[in-house]
Amino acid sequence: MSNIIHILFLKDNEVIALFGIIVIFFVIVAFREAIKNDRLKREGKWPPEEQSDKDKVLAWPFLVRKEFLVAIFVMMGVLIWGIVRDAPLEEFANANVTPNPSKAPWYFLGLQEMLVYFDPWIAGVLFPSLIIVGLMAIPYIDINPKGNGYYTFRERKFAVSVFAFGFLFLWVVLIIVGVFFRGTGWLWYWPWQEWDPHAIVAETNYDFTQFIGIDSKSLLGSVIGGSVIVMYYFLGMAIPYAIMKAKNSETLQKLGFIRYIVVAFLFWSMIGLTIKIFLRLVFHLKYAWVTPWFNI
Amino acid sequence: MDKKGDAKIKEVITSSQIWKSIFRRKHDDTKRSRVLAIVGNFFMHLHPISVARHALALKFTWCMGGVTFLLFLFLTLGGVLLMFYYHPTTGEAYWDIKDLHYSVPFGKILRNTHRWGGHLMVITVMVHMFRVFMTGSYKRPREFNWSIGVILLVFTLLLSFTGYLLTWDQLGMWAITVGTNMARATPLLGHEGPFGEQLGMTAHNDVRFALLGGSVVGANALLRAYVWHCIAIPLIVTFLIGVHFWRVRKDGFSGSL
Repeated sequence: MSNIIHILFLKDNEVIALFGIIVIFFVIVAFREAIKNDRLKREGKWPPEEQSDKDKVLAWPFLVRKEFLVAIFVMMGVLIWGIVRDAPLEEFANANVTPNPSKAPWYFLGLQEMLVYFDPWIAGVLFPSLIIVGLMAIPYIDINPKGNGYYTFRERKFAVSVFAFGFLFLWVVLIIVGVFFRGTGWLWYWPWQEWDPHAIVAETNYDFTQFIGIDSKSLLGSVIGGSVIVMYYFLGMAIPYAIMKAKNSETLQKLGFIRYIVVAFLFWSMIGLTIKIFLRLVFHLKYAWVTPWFNI
Repeated sequence: MDKKGDAKIKEVITSSQIWKSIFRRKHDDTKRSRVLAIVGNFFMHLHPISVARHALALKFTWCMGGVTFLLFLFLTLGGVLLMFYYHPTTGEAYWDIKDLHYSVPFGKILRNTHRWGGHLMVITVMVHMFRVFMTGSYKRPREFNWSIGVILLVFTLLLSFTGYLLTWDQLGMWAITVGTNMARATPLLGHEGPFGEQLGMTAHNDVRFALLGGSVVGANALLRAYVWHCIAIPLIVTFLIGVHFWRVRKDGFSGSL
């Protein structure tokens, strides 16, 4: 137990605890509002009077006074925080003394956690790039005109679910795992466990083709591994496409082929990440695809 | 002094040429005056004149974008003050921080609030993004502004990241080492990344070398972090915030146009 209190106030970790609390609070607010609005819609009471764009108020003083009050409270909070708690300062930088564990700044710990499951070029470069590009693409691939300017879940089930999963689970939860559950040697420690710098966990991981008795470094193994990845994306794109086409889906028609491919690629990349985490943890899968130049 | 005297002094001041040249008009509680308070003032004119009433409710907006901007201003001011006491060299940086803690008047609170404020800004910018997503506010006509917002989010992370190294302690140095080691693995441009070796990348010419100004986190890396943190990124962010706010004002606060 002493360990968790130690970790909680170590370095910048209280910030991450605060981060967790703030996110949970706002998730509750957002979904409560969404459920409330959805209920109003079901009961035919939508839009409520104040939602109509005709009901406008002047920025001065109604908006400006609010900004002013919020500014005062935030500044007060930061000042009190700065008085009560000191910023961390460790020993003089020394390239010859590597701390164990060495951790990136807290907001990158989700990516560092990914390093357990992926090679650095995927965890540290490909995923961050896909996240940035994917986020920027959202307004251009989400063509659903509903839910513009109010909280709702029912009208945007797919969009809200995917984003909530990506942000809350793949970003926030992995950061919290990286901060509070990863100890020496980047091993998993529960908060009540003491970190043991000498702990050795013998873990043998296998490449995908080794499960079916084929050397993953051989040409055959590489071809099979590559096919698995390609088939994953291909089937992931083709099957929903075929189903939607058969149903004569209006969404698919509006989306168009290129947008559909972009959505499907980003979506299956995100899901693939979770699948790999699952396979590593449960089946000790190391790589699905081994080539002389890169491994996935 | 009696009330009449007060009024007279007020009259003299507010009718003087100096006063009138600064405050362009008298403010009273009329609609016209309130509109002019926004459009006739440099600091206020980044607001729209009027906003939808529902968009003002705290449970709708959460104020996170505004708080992020407030923190950016606060960190800029505090950062300038901190720069007066800081040398970006490996021999002095750490001891400058110690000085801030123990001998500069209010130095400790200056540094503490800069650190906590920086972390808070990273949090609020993420929550701001979450809110804008949840209300669907990125939808037409605000698609482009969302994309600018994503870039601002990335630059906020980079601002915090470059600031991490400046204390030149173990925490900062190794956080930056772990972070920049990723760049080694960049496809094509990193010497350990896919196809990097085939393209002639080594530890002395790849993208990580460009970030650090060397192959290890050393004096050059500290200087680069300092320049990025104090000058380059704030300039970029200021420019992007300008565009971001201008678009918010032009595209309206919420809902479809």
